[in-house]
Amino acid sequence: MHAFTVVRTYIRLGLLNFVQYRADFFLGVVNAAVQFATQLLAIMIVFNQTESLGGWSREDLIVLVGVHAIVSGILGMIFSPSIGSFLESIRLGTFDFLLTKPVDAQLLASVQSVAPQSTALIAAGLAIIGYGLHAGAGFPGIGAVLMFVLLLLAGLCMVYSFMLVLASMAFWFVKLDNIMNIFSVMFGNAGTWPITIFPAWLRGMLTFIIPIAFAVTIPAQALTGALMVGNVVLTFALAAVFLTISRLFWRFAIRQYTGASA
Amino acid sequence: MSSLTPDFSKPSPRALLGYYRGQFAAALGFNLAYRGMVALWVLGAIMQPLVLIVVWQTVSEGRDSGMTAGQYAAYFMVSMIVSHMTFIWHMWEFEWRIRSGYFSPLLLRPVHPIHHDICENLSYKLVGLMGIIPAAVLMALIFGADFSGASWRSMVAFAPALLLAMALRFVVEWCLALAAFWMTKVASLNQLFDAFFLFLGGQFAPISVMPDWIQTLSFALPFRWSIYFPIQVALGDITGRDLWIGYGMQLLWIGLAIGILQLMWKRAVANYSAVGA
Repeated sequence: MHAFTVVRTYIRLGLLNFVQYRADFFLGVVNAAVQFATQLLAIMIVFNQTESLGGWSREDLIVLVGVHAIVSGILGMIFSPSIGSFLESIRLGTFDFLLTKPVDAQLLASVQSVAPQSTALIAAGLAIIGYGLHAGAGFPGIGAVLMFVLLLLAGLCMVYSFMLVLASMAFWFVKLDNIMNIFSVMFGNAGTWPITIFPAWLRGMLTFIIPIAFAVTIPAQALTGALMVGNVVLTFALAAVFLTISRLFWRFAIRQYTGASA
Repeated sequence: MSSLTPDFSKPSPRALLGYYRGQFAAALGFNLAYRGMVALWVLGAIMQPLVLIVVWQTVSEGRDSGMTAGQYAAYFMVSMIVSHMTFIWHMWEFEWRIRSGYFSPLLLRPVHPIHHDICENLSYKLVGLMGIIPAAVLMALIFGADFSGASWRSMVAFAPALLLAMALRFVVEWCLALAAFWMTKVASLNQLFDAFFLFLGGQFAPISVMPDWIQTLSFALPFRWSIYFPIQVALGDITGRDLWIGYGMQLLWIGLAIGILQLMWKRAVANYSAVGA
């Protein structure tokens, strides 16, 4: 498992870098605190006006916010910084160097920068989920937790694939760093609300929302006990489809790529 | 260092006018050339009000009291326009400007760098409107916005409220940007300010549906006067004496913020030693 060693090495490098910049961790904690305060205040204001938001209780929404934090923590730890570096290297021309390495370029582009300060967000997300379940639906059994983890992984695969396809467009458009900002704006706004409240036509129009829904809403439903079997099957099937398409698209894009000086 | 501090003693109004003409044209050209980038930002700016319309219309379902679905649609539509027109991003850019040394050439120019940023900001807003206005019209039609309170009178009152709000938010957030001279990482601070605009400014919901403590606090801070007040004026919710009080609060905060800006600027420049120096 050469690929596994590569991933492990990058994570270790990220950790070493992070020990050098300890203040960054503190800032990560402050960022996470501000983000949570904002989201919990938003939920409080909404539930001052109503008892249920499209069938979701206050406590269910708190669980959803926790799941959103875990997903954005994992994205922020590995995929966002790595894909950010990838986009930068396309623009600067240093990507050619990465291509010459004897490891799969997609793997390198996806894990090359690791930012461990995002673990603060993941830890806080777990705590929030714990609180939401304690106050609301109650703690689920081991089976439901396992299902949650599997659905979360499937959802992450979809978001990752989606980011990879967006990033692959940089082979043609070069200056594309904004698109990741837009993705995080979408993810920050749409991801903290249950996707079930969006009208069907809107869900269809905003394709951005689809991976977000599967990464956040469905795993949250596994914990709050609102999960439907059809959605589980759909999530795993879509994760496989997304991964395959993004892989094919990446390979197609790389074949088109002519290098920085060509 | 102080001998190297550039002399910003006032340039003549004519020179400044010429500077604005040239700089604005250049910035406009830049934003038109990178219209794809502007379009992406505009797409991001549409997302928040869009999601919030869905959330609040869901809340209003099956309720007889409070705001109706149509009123929420109108509120967030105007909120999108006001947020776009008052938007400023320089507090995110200053950290990079200082870390990369890009600030030094800006400081060497014989004009205060704020004028450069004003031109950049206004030209972005102008180009962005080409996306925001069609989006606003679509939003109003699709979600059935209710503008029954608005009239030509409220539109006339809206114009100065919006202009003052633009000036107010620009000065306040430019002050915030100056914090980068003392702090190396400003993301948390900027995020906190975003949260203030969200709740105390009324971007998340009309302040009237928020808890009492937020309502009370919002009167004393600049955020309400940069977002919520112009929205209310446009929708015809504020008239007569309250209108004049609102304009007064806007002017008061602009004056205060300019004072703070000048104070901070003097210290910031004296404090600044370029990266590598």
